Amino acid sequence: MTDQHVRTHAIDVSSVLRDQKKTAEPNETCIKVENLNLFYADKQALHNVNMEMPKKKVTAYIGPSGCGKSTLLRCINRMNDLVDNVTIEGKILLDDENIYDKSVNVAALRRRVGMVFQKPNPFPKSIFENVTYGLRIQGINDKRVLEETVENALRGAALWDEVKDRLNDNALGLSGGQQQRLVIARAIAIEPEVLLLDEPASALDPISTLKIEELINELKEKYTIVIVTHNMQQAARVSDYTAFMYMGELIEMGTTSELFTNPQKKQTEDYITGRYG
Amino acid sequence: MDNSKIGQHISGQFNKELEDVRNKVLTMGGLVEQQIELAVSAFATGDMEMAELVIKQDNQVDALEMAIDQECMQILALRQPAAFDLRLLITVIKVVNELERVGDMAERIAEMAIQLAGADSNKHDQYYELEHMAELVQEMLHGALDVFARMNIEGVTTITGLDENVDREYGSIIRQLITKMMEDPRNITRMLDVLWIARSLERIGDHACNVCEHLVYMVKGEDVRHLTQEELERKMKQ
Repeated sequence: MTDQHVRTHAIDVSSVLRDQKKTAEPNETCIKVENLNLFYADKQALHNVNMEMPKKKVTAYIGPSGCGKSTLLRCINRMNDLVDNVTIEGKILLDDENIYDKSVNVAALRRRVGMVFQKPNPFPKSIFENVTYGLRIQGINDKRVLEETVENALRGAALWDEVKDRLNDNALGLSGGQQQRLVIARAIAIEPEVLLLDEPASALDPISTLKIEELINELKEKYTIVIVTHNMQQAARVSDYTAFMYMGELIEMGTTSELFTNPQKKQTEDYITGRYG
Repeated sequence: MDNSKIGQHISGQFNKELEDVRNKVLTMGGLVEQQIELAVSAFATGDMEMAELVIKQDNQVDALEMAIDQECMQILALRQPAAFDLRLLITVIKVVNELERVGDMAERIAEMAIQLAGADSNKHDQYYELEHMAELVQEMLHGALDVFARMNIEGVTTITGLDENVDREYGSIIRQLITKMMEDPRNITRMLDVLWIARSLERIGDHACNVCEHLVYMVKGEDVRHLTQEELERKMKQ
């Protein structure tokens, strides 16, 4: 080797190592749950839940059926108000404002906190009207704006290519998977701050599921996302933070990478590794 | 943490797969241990057949390494393991790599034993330190495999602590060999062979320490590689 080939500068790897610690940076809190208790009549479904969901991150709730994860999710846009005999104690702060305060306009809250359910629930209207429904309620009728929104929302929901030629067909004629993606398009059309997803991909085929997951990844640039899922691998793939719930209690919450590689509680470990609880 | 950690999956098939991987690693460990024992013994007695056996066994060690890696990969792809199961598989992949290296070291000792047995003057009574060193590293490797079998990491600092003794013995062997080389340059070729053996034993000690570190990660989820003995002891007390 000649002298010319001798490297004179030491190779610096600090930037590569720094990348690994990215998840540790502090986050701004978007939603804060404080001492939340919820009762269906005299049966308690949530026990003193406390958690913080960071802004523009994906937080996943996992846990066995009936552990209260959907109930907790529904609290965030006051969906539980619609259920009879529900008593809610405690606070949920959205940008430091208690959403259970008497002064809160629930319709306005739900505009800020969009939701997609387990079963697709399109309106019995055309595809176009489904997506633009929220905008029309807000009084937006400019055809160009509506068309642009429809295309963006449908593309975002990975549905555009399949329906672009039949936007005026009835949405109920779509397949179950397509309907679900339409509902997601409807939710993102009004550009909410927070998006609540209750098992959004449980009825979709694997490719559509991946598209939705990809979409979630893109959406977190703009929105705070909370997702409930039975599919643990999905939670592991899409979320930044994961909360494990069991029997109405929050057992453990942490960064997804930490929770799935080295959970601190035995109950969490047993659940995510598929052991008898 | 006990090894019932492996069982209790809702999927019995998954239990079986993990149990199978664990058993294969222990088999491989046993084989490698036997290789060291035979290689050292072949060196001490000049038994060529024994040395040949060690070299042959290395093929089996290599085959086991590949089979275990393959099984781990299969489980990772099909079961998407998490938490302890994931750490177990990652650890197994690393541990079999260390064990395979140990097997190579034993093979080298056997090769040197063959060369030395062929050499004219063969005075084995000179190598008490080497035999002591061999005992030490065998104890370390056995201890490390025991930690894996029991999945109990309480004793790891005792095992890694032995490495200091191994290094001391190694240093003293080198000094002796240098003295002998200076006494009579005709010794040099033979002494270099002995040096290779000492070096191989020293490396086996290092590999045993690495296995211990991997096992701490498996059980505690904490990466304790590249720490000094004192730092490791402190970490283990936490």
